[in-house]
Amino acid sequence: MMRLELVKRPQRSALFSMLSPFIAFALTIIAGAIMFGLLGVNPLNAFRIYFIEPVSQVWQLHELAIKAAPLILIAVGLSVCYKANIWNIGAEGQFIFGAIFGSIIPVLFPQFDGPLVLPLMLLLGMVGGAAYAAIPALLKTRFSTNEILTSLMLVYVAQLFLDWLVRGPWRDPQGHGFPQTIQFSDAATLPQLMPDAGRANWGFVFALVAAVLVWILMGRMLKGFEVRVLGSSPRAGRFAGFGLNRMVFFAFLLSGALAGLAGISEVSGAIGQLQPVISPGYGFTAIIVAFLGRLNPLGIIAAGLVLALTYLGGEAVQSALGISDKVARVFQGMLLFFVLGCDTLIHYRIRVIGLALTKKEGAGKLEAAPKLKEAR
Amino acid sequence: MDITVNILLTIATAATPLLIAAIGELVVERSGVLNLGVEGMMIMGAVAGFGAGYLTGSPWIGLLAAIAMGALFSLLFAVMTLSLATNQVATGLSLTLLGLGLSGMMGTSFVGQPGERLPNLYIPVLTDIPVVGKLLFGQDPIFYISIALTAAVTWFLFRTRTGLTLRSIGDSHTSAHALGIKVIRYRYLAVIFGGACAGLAGGHLSLVYTPQWVENMSAGRGWIALALVVFASWRPWRVLAGAYIFGAVWIGQLHAQAFGIPVPSQMLSSLPYLATVVVLVLISRNKRLTMMNTPASLGQPFVPDR
Repeated sequence: MMRLELVKRPQRSALFSMLSPFIAFALTIIAGAIMFGLLGVNPLNAFRIYFIEPVSQVWQLHELAIKAAPLILIAVGLSVCYKANIWNIGAEGQFIFGAIFGSIIPVLFPQFDGPLVLPLMLLLGMVGGAAYAAIPALLKTRFSTNEILTSLMLVYVAQLFLDWLVRGPWRDPQGHGFPQTIQFSDAATLPQLMPDAGRANWGFVFALVAAVLVWILMGRMLKGFEVRVLGSSPRAGRFAGFGLNRMVFFAFLLSGALAGLAGISEVSGAIGQLQPVISPGYGFTAIIVAFLGRLNPLGIIAAGLVLALTYLGGEAVQSALGISDKVARVFQGMLLFFVLGCDTLIHYRIRVIGLALTKKEGAGKLEAAPKLKEAR
Repeated sequence: MDITVNILLTIATAATPLLIAAIGELVVERSGVLNLGVEGMMIMGAVAGFGAGYLTGSPWIGLLAAIAMGALFSLLFAVMTLSLATNQVATGLSLTLLGLGLSGMMGTSFVGQPGERLPNLYIPVLTDIPVVGKLLFGQDPIFYISIALTAAVTWFLFRTRTGLTLRSIGDSHTSAHALGIKVIRYRYLAVIFGGACAGLAGGHLSLVYTPQWVENMSAGRGWIALALVVFASWRPWRVLAGAYIFGAVWIGQLHAQAFGIPVPSQMLSSLPYLATVVVLVLISRNKRLTMMNTPASLGQPFVPDR
C-alpha cells in the first residue's frame, strides 16, 4: 500500500512552473515507448518516424504550420476563458460556425470578386464563431446554466448542421453528388506565404499575431488583470467592481471569434471548400494546447507546434508502420494528463508514504520515481 | 398494440445506458467530485466489452470486462484529482479525450466484426403474457440491473449511515475531515463506482444496443448523462425519469427519420443534444432549487492538512 501526501509550498515554485511542460513531455515519451513496445514496434524506430521524419524537410514544416495555426488560434482564446475560470469546451462548434459564416460569400455569391472578399470572409468567420459562443454565454449569464455542458452539446449540433448544409442547400450542383460546396475562387482563397516552398498560408500569421495581442492584453492591460482576478477570486473581483457576467461574455466572444477565424482560415486556406468534416478535432486538441502552454499565449505557440506534430506523426506511423492514426489522440490525451499532474508540483511537494514498507525502502522507491520530489 | 410495446422496449433500451452512467456519476458528484470523463469511461467500457465478448465468444465475460475497464480507467482520474489535487474539470476532459483516442486504437481490428449480444430474459409463461410479459420479463439483463441500481443507490444514499457520510463529504469536505472521516478514501470508492457504472453503460451499447464496435459509438451519451444528473437535481429516481424522457427523444427522432417526415434527418439527429440544452436551461432557471441541491463542495479539490 502506498499513499501520496501533498505538502503545500509556501509559494509557487518558479522552477517547476517552467519545468512542468518539459517533464510532462518526457513522461509522455516514456509512456509512448511502452505503448509502442506493447504494439510490437521498436520504440526508437517509431519515435524517429513519429517525431523526426515529419519535420525533416521544408515543405513538411509548412504542413506543421498548417496544423498548428488553428490549434494556436483556438487555444489562445481558450486560455483567456480558463484563466477566468470559464469553461468553454465547445470551440469545435465555434470553429465550424466560423467556417460556415465565412463561406457565405464564396458559396452564395461566387460572382462577387475583388480584394474585399477575403477580409469580409474572415470578418464573417469571426462573427459566426462569436455568435455561436454567445449562446452558452447568454445561457450562463441569464439562467446560470452550466456552460461546460451547453457549449459541448452545441458542438454536436454544429457538426450536424454543417453536414446538412453541404448535403443539402449548399451542395455543389456540378459536384457529381459529392457532399461538398463549390471550390472557392482565387479571391476567396487565403494566399500561401511562400508558394514555392510549401502550402503554409496566412492562417499561421494570424495565429502568431493573435497570440502576441492576447499576451499584451493579459499581461499589460486592465482587462487582463480583470480576467485573472475574477478567475482566482470572484469575490475579490466583485469588490473591485469587475462584473462577472461581462467577463463571461468577453471570454466567450473572444474565444469564439478566434475559433471562428481559425475555422474560416482552415476552409479558405487549407481545404478550399466546405465538406461534412472540416476538423480533425482541433477544438478539443486546442484545450490540450492551452494547458500545455500553461495558459500563456507565447507558451501556446510552442505547445501548438508540438501538438501539430502529434497529428503529423500519427499520419506518418499509420502509413509507415500500419498503426492506427488514433495513436495521435492517445499521445495528446496522455500529454494533457501528465501536464496536469506535473502542475501539482508547482503548488505542492509530494511525499510518498509507504504504509507497508519500512522507511528506508520507501525512500529508495521514491528516488526511482522521476516526478516525485522528496520532502525530507 | 405490438407496435406500442416495441416502441416502449426500444425506449427502455435507449434509456438504460444513460440511466446507468448517470446513476454512477450521481454518486460521484454526491461525494463532491465532478468527473467529466463519463464519455471516455463509457467508450472504454464499450470497446472492452465488445472486445472481450468477441474474443471469448461470451457476452457475459464482455460485460465483466466493460465494468472492469470503466473502473480501471476512472482510477486514473481518481489518482490525479484526489491524490494529486489536479483541476477536476480539466482532468475529466482529458480522461474523455484519452478514452476516445485509446478506444479508437484498441478497436481498429474490431471494426465491422459481428459481436455477441447479451440474450434477453426469458421466463416461460411469464414472458409470454400478452403486452406486459415482454415489458416486465423479456428485456435484456442490464435493464434489470439499471432499475435495481437506482433503487440500491437511493437506499444507500438516504437510508444508510455510509450514504449519509458520503453526502456530508460532498457538502463540506473540511467539516467531514475535521470529524475524522476519510474524505479521500470515500471519494476514491465513489469515483471507482462511477467508473464501473460508466463502463457498464458502455458495455450495454456494444453488447445490447448495437452489438458491434463503431468508433465514437457513445455519441455524446456520457455528456448527456452528466446533464441528467443536474436535471435530476442529484436524486436517483429523477435520474430515471430523465433517462426515459431522453430515451424517448432519442427513439422518437429515429422513428421520425424512418417515417420520412419532411424534416432534414440531421435536424432530427440534433434533437437529443438540443433537448439537453433546453432541459438544462429550464432546470437552472430556478436558482434556489439548484443551489439547495448541488453538493456544496462539488468540483473543489481537497488537500487534507495535518
